[in-house]
Amino acid sequence: MSTTIAPTRVSGGLLDPRQLLASLPDAVRKLDPRVMVKSPVMFVVEIGAVFATVSAIQGPSVFGWSVVVWLWLTVVFANLAEAVAEGRGKAQAATLRKTRTETSARRRPPDGREEQVSASQLRLGDLVVVVAGETIPGDGDIVDGIASVDESAITGESAPVIRESGGDRSSVTGGTRVLSDRIVVQITARPGESFIDRMIALVEGADRQKTPNEIALNILLASLTIVFLGATVTLQPFAVYSGARQDVIVLVALLVCLIPTTIGALLSAIGIAGMDRLVQHNVLAMSGRSVEAAGDVNTLLLDKTGTITLGNRQASEFLPVNGITEAELADAAQLSSLADETPEGRSIVVLAKSAYGLRERSPGELPEARFVGFTAQTRMSGVDLPGREIRKGAAAAILAWVRDCGGGDVRAVGSLVDSISTSGGTPLVVAELADGHARALGVIHLKDVVKEGMRERFEEMRRMGIRTVMITGDNPLTARAIAEEAGVDDYLAEATPEDKMALIKKEQEGGRLVAMTGDGTNDAPALAQADVGVAMNTGTSSAKEAGNMVDLDSNPTKLIEIVEIGKQLLITRGALTTFSIANDVAKYFAIIPAMFAGVFTGLDKLNVMGLSSPESAILSAVIFNALIIVALIPLSLRGVRYRPSSAASMLRRNLAVYGLGGLVAPFIGIKLVDLLVSQIPGIS
Amino acid sequence: MSDTLAGLLQAAALVAALAVCWKPLGDYMARIFTTTKDLPIERGVYRVIGVDSSADQRWPVYARAVLAFSMIGVASLYLLQRVQSHLPLSLGFPDVPPALAFNTASSFLTNTNWQAYSGESTMGHLVQMTGLAVQNFVSAAVGIAVAVALIRGFSRGRTDRIGNFWVDLVRVTFRVLLPIAFVAAVVLVAMGAIQNFSSGTAVSTLAGHHQTLTGGPVASQEAIKELGTNGGGFYNANSAHPFENPNPLSNLFEIFLLLVIPVALTRTFGTMVGDRRQGYALLAVMGVLWLGALVAVTTLEMHHPGAAAQAAGASMEGKETRFGVPGSSLFAVSTTGTSTGAVDSFHSSYGGIAGGVLILNMGLGEVAPGGVGSGLYGILVLAILTVFVAGLMVGRTPEYLRKKITGREIKLVALSILTMPMIVLIGTGLAMSLKAGKSSMLNSGPHGLSEVLYAFMSAANNNGSAFAGLSANTTFYDIALALAMLIGRFVPILLVLALAGSLARQQPVPANEGTLPTHGGLFVSMLVGVVIIVAGLTFFPVLALGPLAEGLS
Repeated sequence: MSTTIAPTRVSGGLLDPRQLLASLPDAVRKLDPRVMVKSPVMFVVEIGAVFATVSAIQGPSVFGWSVVVWLWLTVVFANLAEAVAEGRGKAQAATLRKTRTETSARRRPPDGREEQVSASQLRLGDLVVVVAGETIPGDGDIVDGIASVDESAITGESAPVIRESGGDRSSVTGGTRVLSDRIVVQITARPGESFIDRMIALVEGADRQKTPNEIALNILLASLTIVFLGATVTLQPFAVYSGARQDVIVLVALLVCLIPTTIGALLSAIGIAGMDRLVQHNVLAMSGRSVEAAGDVNTLLLDKTGTITLGNRQASEFLPVNGITEAELADAAQLSSLADETPEGRSIVVLAKSAYGLRERSPGELPEARFVGFTAQTRMSGVDLPGREIRKGAAAAILAWVRDCGGGDVRAVGSLVDSISTSGGTPLVVAELADGHARALGVIHLKDVVKEGMRERFEEMRRMGIRTVMITGDNPLTARAIAEEAGVDDYLAEATPEDKMALIKKEQEGGRLVAMTGDGTNDAPALAQADVGVAMNTGTSSAKEAGNMVDLDSNPTKLIEIVEIGKQLLITRGALTTFSIANDVAKYFAIIPAMFAGVFTGLDKLNVMGLSSPESAILSAVIFNALIIVALIPLSLRGVRYRPSSAASMLRRNLAVYGLGGLVAPFIGIKLVDLLVSQIPGIS
Repeated sequence: MSDTLAGLLQAAALVAALAVCWKPLGDYMARIFTTTKDLPIERGVYRVIGVDSSADQRWPVYARAVLAFSMIGVASLYLLQRVQSHLPLSLGFPDVPPALAFNTASSFLTNTNWQAYSGESTMGHLVQMTGLAVQNFVSAAVGIAVAVALIRGFSRGRTDRIGNFWVDLVRVTFRVLLPIAFVAAVVLVAMGAIQNFSSGTAVSTLAGHHQTLTGGPVASQEAIKELGTNGGGFYNANSAHPFENPNPLSNLFEIFLLLVIPVALTRTFGTMVGDRRQGYALLAVMGVLWLGALVAVTTLEMHHPGAAAQAAGASMEGKETRFGVPGSSLFAVSTTGTSTGAVDSFHSSYGGIAGGVLILNMGLGEVAPGGVGSGLYGILVLAILTVFVAGLMVGRTPEYLRKKITGREIKLVALSILTMPMIVLIGTGLAMSLKAGKSSMLNSGPHGLSEVLYAFMSAANNNGSAFAGLSANTTFYDIALALAMLIGRFVPILLVLALAGSLARQQPVPANEGTLPTHGGLFVSMLVGVVIIVAGLTFFPVLALGPLAEGLS
């Protein structure tokens, strides 16, 4: 888990030109009308290509066959986009499949004797024993034992993780390997429905279903196609009346140029690539719907520990009292913490070294020292040196200790302790008993350290209209202080799972979509209730069942990236739709004069691009229309550039790039194609 | 005074008058659609028709009420015309033939007022007053009721009720249309329009011929004709006739009447959804489109390239000298932009490109600013489409006025936007392929195509104005255009009501920084762009062969 948030943005892998070639056979196979019909726009292009082919066979010409070839290429290019997107998933699935080699399991029926069975024979609730060096035969929860497990097969992370029975780290995944010790696992997934099986299905896109926005967009594209079909079909009677009957090939060319082929061709590739981008971030979304919902999220519930702050509190300053110097206090604090292996204890040693140059002494350097460990009863730890005892711990415990040892005035410490508590920190008091005289030396200020860059991140979220709520078990005072420092919009202090659930329901009643992360079993109901529930891979299997995404890195900060990927997916669709429709204007200016300037010479004034001949104009428009699909495949796989900002500024930018760009680009593109095409004999 | 200056002054006076009325009329309408109080006369009506005015309807019930009311209207208006000769005040006119009666009944029910007949020589006073004039009121009220139901879809949440059609219908009629129309009629009489029950005055013309001038209740019908964006004139010459529209002042007043309700409804919308900026945004879109068309048509007509036009200083063919180019252009753009269809000049005589602008002005879907009610729901449907594309571009499931635009809404919106262009294209295509369609054309070449295109555009958009130059009273055109009017009116209404139901059911989502703002200049320009591009892309090929081919040659 990375502790600092690098300001990197969501991005996908680059497109390798070899992928295009490798996907070509798939693209041709997809010409099957039963496959094509799923994309209504491209299906119309295919039908049109068939009509044009028949017409070209009946009356062959260089122009006719050129158009026919490019019409078929248009369909192939669209299929290519989808095939390339799918190809990347297939490669990942192949890697995953390797881990799913047939394993055998040592099943332990209730009578206690072990039997060797194949992993595929395991049923829900079976108990299996796995020892060091063996592969875990199926998904399950550890019911007995503790082990280090190599989960690199699914997470890509080579460092082993600890899994143990009970608690929130009890789940294991089939296909991972036990490196040490012995565990008993209760199987929680049927063979064929395991986590890895689902992962393979997801990255392959085998059961990919269209998402709500994709469905809506498809409806719009189909309607546009119908309108343009109407406009093209009814054009023939008008043309006949005007004495300029049009060839079927020309009408098909006009139709194909007008219907939104660019977005129609790239739509499914964009969806597949979106899921793929999540996989590259080591997040598995159980459905495309949840990825879209991530883009719509209004409220993010973030756990304080690990997401907003570094895992543990750290010493930030030494505050001496009673005439002690800071260096003396630091020295005493360091001595008392030498044997304290808690993160708080380590941070005291680190601060003493970094702020006061006190070299860390190893316990062995002080042979006469006797270290006193922390217990829940004493609530303090420390060290006994000859003639000197040093203790540090919770304020109440230490002050009581000083009083018991006959120490005097502790008011100075009391006020310091109070002010640290009020500011949201945790005070640790250091005291000593030297020469029979007990006194408090000062206070160590422990505080939560907000991860670097979080404030800016939340600021971005706010600009995107996303409210962040920090969830913490701390008291309200501490929670507020951290919330202010981190810059979150709200916080939920002393949060119980029920509080969390209630908060989600309240937000949802107000029409908001809520995203959260969780790992524990008691998070499961909230994960299921949230619109986007990201379960940590380290979490329990019930949490993973309840959420609709699993983060294999178990990094709660990733929720923010998931939101960005969801948004980018929608933006890419919207931008390419706008681009596709804006393109039509230029195509009209190419094709309409080409069709009718023969009978109405005045219409030649519409030939603003100065295309060389009617045939060349029509062919150039068709070629441009096909090439733009290939040109945009990388963009559809990568997603359009995305920076968190307000809706208004995002719209302004995308309109300028894809709206205005879509208007202008084809004028230039068609003219350039025309310059080449007009060189072909029989065209100009 | 130069023509240009006169044009500017007229437009400025018109805009000023509309600006003054916008807020009070808009807020007044918002109040009558949200109050629970009934007037005594309304309570009487509810008792007669058996309606509980406090019971709101689900959208299918609302839609059934709209359809039932309208179908009964078509049937009774058809019957009234078919038996005219047996009724009093028929002025001796015979029964109206079946195809024409069906066409006329459909036309007045759909707020189109396409007239395939000459009013003064076909319809008696009784049909005019109890049939046509009544429909002028209620068809306008139906449009407003549907628009209000859609507004409720946005303003309400988690309910399946979108209001009560009968209550909306009655309130619009009694509290908005009747009072304003009454005042307007008095004003028109004061300006010189006629109002009598004369069965005709015989006069001798300067050339020594004898002519019968039909009189009638013209001013009262004129008032609701404009106010309800109906457009069906008492006389065949419509608002070019001096009895209907005697002088430049009455001309300006009539333009004001046909714009005032569609424009004020944007305020009603803003007030009812609780965010007036949303109303300003729609008003701005309508204003930009209207002004753009006005500038284009006026400029083109002022600089008409024809030899006769050059000699006269402007293109005066088909225009009344008392209105001039500015007054005629202002009327033409406003009537095509509001689905009114009244005319004070002959659109066929406009230059090729100017005529094309008028056709496209209807082809935008009648949203600049559109018919009463239909303009508002039309622009809202297009706004939802805009929000959908723009919303995706900001990375959220698109929302408009705190309601999510999902597949269901897009389906309804897309079908609604699809309906009109399909009717126009298929209808025109059919007419141009059939002998029955082509034989009515008085012109050949591109102008002939424009005539037929104009007829179907006008019918499908429930505009009702005619390009002239097409003999529309044939069985083919009577039936084809009647169907175009009925489908063009009621299919979108059904879809809009379903949309209202779907939106009302939703839980409103909170708006914040991540929500696409739908009130700023950016959204306004994007919506303007979508309106123009959707219509432009659909109609560009046929416009190229008609008006553009004529205008660019």
